[in-house]
Amino acid sequence: MKSAVIVFPGSNCDRDLAVALEAVTGNRPAMVWHRETGLPGGLDLVAVPGGFSYGDYLRSGAMAARSPVMRAVTEAAGRGIAVLGVCNGFQILTEAGLLPGALMRNANLHFVCRDVPLTVENSQTVFTSRYEAGEAITIPVAHHDGNYQADRETLDRLEGEGRIAFRYAGEVNGSARGIAGIINEAGNVLGMMPHPERMVEPAHGGTDGRRLFEGLLEAVG
Amino acid sequence: MKTRVYVTLKNGVLDPQGKAIRHALEGLGFSGVRDVRAGKLIELDLDDQVGDEEVEAMCRKLLANTVIENFRIEREGAGGAGA
Repeated sequence: MKSAVIVFPGSNCDRDLAVALEAVTGNRPAMVWHRETGLPGGLDLVAVPGGFSYGDYLRSGAMAARSPVMRAVTEAAGRGIAVLGVCNGFQILTEAGLLPGALMRNANLHFVCRDVPLTVENSQTVFTSRYEAGEAITIPVAHHDGNYQADRETLDRLEGEGRIAFRYAGEVNGSARGIAGIINEAGNVLGMMPHPERMVEPAHGGTDGRRLFEGLLEAVG
Repeated sequence: MKTRVYVTLKNGVLDPQGKAIRHALEGLGFSGVRDVRAGKLIELDLDDQVGDEEVEAMCRKLLANTVIENFRIEREGAGGAGA
């Protein structure tokens, strides 16, 4: 599997994501700086990492979503290439219009940094095929702006079309309907606040994130 | 030309910051504060030829996230001065 990790000024999970991808797929991802206007050829996956791109100026992910490389990412998503956004990456994908809704300040205003129990809602996606629907997994979150919000119509649509990939099993940040991760209509773009790359090796305290990358490897080669 | 863009949360969108501010005001002994909504003021210094439509495009493309926010544009000399 050939993958790329996008790096913005202020990204801080780019390396973690690259390490996880290499551990699972055996291939080292290309690290692509945000000023690039194109992506390497023949990619199977583009990963948009967590962090605080542009210092969260204006809104989390707002500036990064308008950076040159995101035009190439949007174009790649349109061609059906898998795109994974984690944490700040999820915020960037919503700001870029690749996923609906918005991630707002956590309802209790606190930065939340802990392992959270999740429920896998849809195991029929290229990202979640190695999980069981309804399975309980644990993956850490670390964010200030993870409170997913969208209008009722959008939320109903996400539910109806099976586009909620992961839900928080308890209250974490005020997200509408407990949404922790969603996919786009075509099913090739996933945004999630929890960090699967931080649950890959037993030394991480768990390996529930590993299967996301394994599933991807299986699905896209 | 000075132009001000006010970005506010849409009605119905929960504003945890506003809530915290209201509680803090209460804590300081100010009574009668029913609700607080926090927003942003963005000041732009624009060339005169930049038209209203272009400012609106700036708001839609970057300054506001219209999923959750409304914006209001106030242009100096266009009736909105002195606010």
